[in-house]
Amino acid sequence: MTTDITTLTPDVVIVGAGPSGLSAARALAPKLGGGVLVLDRESTAGGIPRHSDHPGYGIRDMRRFMSGPAYARRLVEQAEAAGATIRTNATVTGWAGDRAIEATTPEGRIRVEARAVVLATGARERPRPARLIPGDRARGVYTTGHLQNLVHLRHGKVGRRAVIVGAELVSWSAALTLREAGCRTVLMTTEYPRPDSYALFSVPGRILFRTRVATRTRVRRIIGRPELEAVEVENIDTGERRVVECDTLILTGDWIPDHELARAAGITLDPGTKGPLVDSALRTDRPGVFAVGNMLHPVDTADIAAIDGAHVARSVIAWLNGESVPAGQVRLVADAPFRWVSPEILRPGDPVPSRRRLLLWSDRYIPFPQVVLRQGGKVVARRRLWWPAAPGRVFRVPTGILSAVDPKGGTVHIGTR
Amino acid sequence: MSTTGETAVSTTGETMGTTFDVAVIGAGIVGSAIARKLAGYELNVALLDARGDVGDGTSKANTAILHTGFDATPGTLESRLVREGYRLLSDYAERTGIPVEHTGALLVAWTEEELDALPALKEKAERNGYDRTRIVGRDEVYRQVPHLGEGALGGLTVPDESIICTWTTNLALATEAVLRGVTLLLNRRVRSVEERGGRTVLRTSGGEVNARWVVNAAGLGADVIDRLFGHDRFTVTPRRGELLVYDKLARPLVDKIVLPVPTARGKGVLISPTVYGNVLLGPTAEDLTDRTDTGTSEKGLEFLLGKGEKLMPALLREEVTAAYAGLRAASDHPDYLIEADAGRRYVLVGGIRSTGLTSGIAVGEHVAELIGEAGLALTPRKDLPEPPHMPNLGEAGLRPYQDAARIAGDPAYGRVVCFCERVTAGEIRDTFRSPIPPSGLEGLRRRTRAMNGRCQGFFCGAEVGNLMDTKGGSACEQRHPSPEAQR
Repeated sequence: MTTDITTLTPDVVIVGAGPSGLSAARALAPKLGGGVLVLDRESTAGGIPRHSDHPGYGIRDMRRFMSGPAYARRLVEQAEAAGATIRTNATVTGWAGDRAIEATTPEGRIRVEARAVVLATGARERPRPARLIPGDRARGVYTTGHLQNLVHLRHGKVGRRAVIVGAELVSWSAALTLREAGCRTVLMTTEYPRPDSYALFSVPGRILFRTRVATRTRVRRIIGRPELEAVEVENIDTGERRVVECDTLILTGDWIPDHELARAAGITLDPGTKGPLVDSALRTDRPGVFAVGNMLHPVDTADIAAIDGAHVARSVIAWLNGESVPAGQVRLVADAPFRWVSPEILRPGDPVPSRRRLLLWSDRYIPFPQVVLRQGGKVVARRRLWWPAAPGRVFRVPTGILSAVDPKGGTVHIGTR
Repeated sequence: MSTTGETAVSTTGETMGTTFDVAVIGAGIVGSAIARKLAGYELNVALLDARGDVGDGTSKANTAILHTGFDATPGTLESRLVREGYRLLSDYAERTGIPVEHTGALLVAWTEEELDALPALKEKAERNGYDRTRIVGRDEVYRQVPHLGEGALGGLTVPDESIICTWTTNLALATEAVLRGVTLLLNRRVRSVEERGGRTVLRTSGGEVNARWVVNAAGLGADVIDRLFGHDRFTVTPRRGELLVYDKLARPLVDKIVLPVPTARGKGVLISPTVYGNVLLGPTAEDLTDRTDTGTSEKGLEFLLGKGEKLMPALLREEVTAAYAGLRAASDHPDYLIEADAGRRYVLVGGIRSTGLTSGIAVGEHVAELIGEAGLALTPRKDLPEPPHMPNLGEAGLRPYQDAARIAGDPAYGRVVCFCERVTAGEIRDTFRSPIPPSGLEGLRRRTRAMNGRCQGFFCGAEVGNLMDTKGGSACEQRHPSPEAQR
């Protein structure tokens, strides 16, 4: 019993008004006379930075050092000033054609028939069930996203003693939020042998928050009905377990892209990132559908996601101008200890990857990694890097290493020595 | 007696002064169905529950299957009531909008022994009055469920096994009971009973409740209540069943219920689509002593992952959206135990295991018969209100976010609050204006699906919590205030 659906026909529709989607809109709108529509399901545009109320945003894309909410507002202003239209409270519910989508808004159902689609739907942290943490169904268990929404946007209350699962960048972001909400972090757990974050956070962080980081541990049971009372923490090496009293448990990191729309379109995903498989022009394997931001590399910092958005503009314009995709391609595959590499496809004649960096995720801490490229069973390039590859944050490799790749030589494996 | 359709839900306070004709203990599916049935007669009925919401015990966490009863023990009361219940609930679901999908089931044999057991199962189904099962070979098994793990030898199809929304079933029955004038008394844990001059006084955690007749449909607590009435007939063992709910993206993997060959311990681990568009793997079967322990366990989850890997490896590559445990009221009695004690004006409805979802309405009819035979006068009412039309939580029907006409009438149905499950502000608001509003976040989740999706609140948790605190008010303009809201 559906009545009329409003049809909109922008040149480009961007799904997601976070840093990558808004940056894409800002870059595209001036070139398209404003024919850019950004849809976001939240009531306010800006994405995750809206509720990350601490400084550290905008460093690489805006050359500034600002808070998350200020950064989010600025992204919105810039996209709008460039002539893009942003519609919030617009939940994309599915596809209605190759480059057409349907959405629900308070003003009614809409259908957007665009000439190009940019997916910028980001990533989320895996919640408790997806991590299969057994135990009671206790209240007081949150992901960082839920916590920050609660504290910064709703000014809600959490408990007084928290355990944080994870010791990476986002985990310290959670600790900052907890402190602001008057909740003390008594323990951070990480399965890795050392905290994953920058030393900048770990050392002063420990002093600042009076927080202990328990390495090689994991939470194995949640105790408390109906309110959280404690968690059981296991030492992975010895199997030894102890009970840590807490009334709040924050599950951080362990990212999964919000890839529902991509999968619904039958777009091929990278089994490593679980986001769409893209080339360095950020094309998916569905013609005219592009993907940007942390759904491709879950997750890098917001500014890196934003730079993707600017990067995709050129490819979208080329597609709208009818330029063909360069023939021939080389698949880039991550070898252990790397879990994934982004982008995954290289084509001769395509732009170099965004910010001249390959993005990788390492499952092991390596202080000065020697990155090795192999093609056709032979080492074609190696490069020593002076920054560590660490689990819990994206490892960035300059794309200069790719110059030795033979565009006809087949799959390239990226690993370490 | 209230017959005007005016609703009475009380979560606190005394009911002194009122002597109900019948008090039904337990507002699960069975208790709600009994109260609804009895309220169809000229009777003043109370429905009590120990918890703060209806359907907050065994009825909320099960495999949500509408059973044909093909594998019941022939000749038992359970066999008859499940068979009747299937028909009654299918019909009731259609009238009230309870989501049902007639997916059918495929029982899969993995060993020669199980394969040999199929003809006997088929014959048993026939003795249970169900003659539509069919034995199929290996190729047909894989044609029907292509993603099934390797090693299946054959199967038995049960084309009428269906999936249903257990939450809406319970809520519809309890809502109709309330609309028929039943007084719903929540937060009333029965602690002791006393016979006082032709009536029974139930002393509860929320005050005394007086009634001429008492029906015990207390599920996991039915044996305890039974002993308060001086009986010692059976013992309830809480049997924990842990389940994993897989992401909606897994739904294309399986479009029917995949059952194992049943054993004495229960029906084994199944894979089933849900009416919400997910895929279920479970349950485990573990006897506990604690009747409130609905936590999940390391062992249970490991067991399910092991089973799942064999049953459908592709399913395990998908994300887990939820893990939960339900407690089934297993009893040492081989059949339903439904008996009236005319002298004490008391009816026991015990031993209703997991089939109670299907049989509930039939149990209600059976109890009415028994209680009538035992001496309670049953005069049918002529002024019964229409059954309620329940909000649709199922993917097979049109949901508010998809309904342009509805959104045009009220923009709150176009404001999606829970993105994963696509629950709108309008639906959340409506629950607070319904005859049985949610008393907490869990109740809101069961009424709307909000926060039940893959992000488990990452995006919407704070907003849904806010709507809970403001009773749905802050987020949407109340363009069409309902009568309840104006009161």
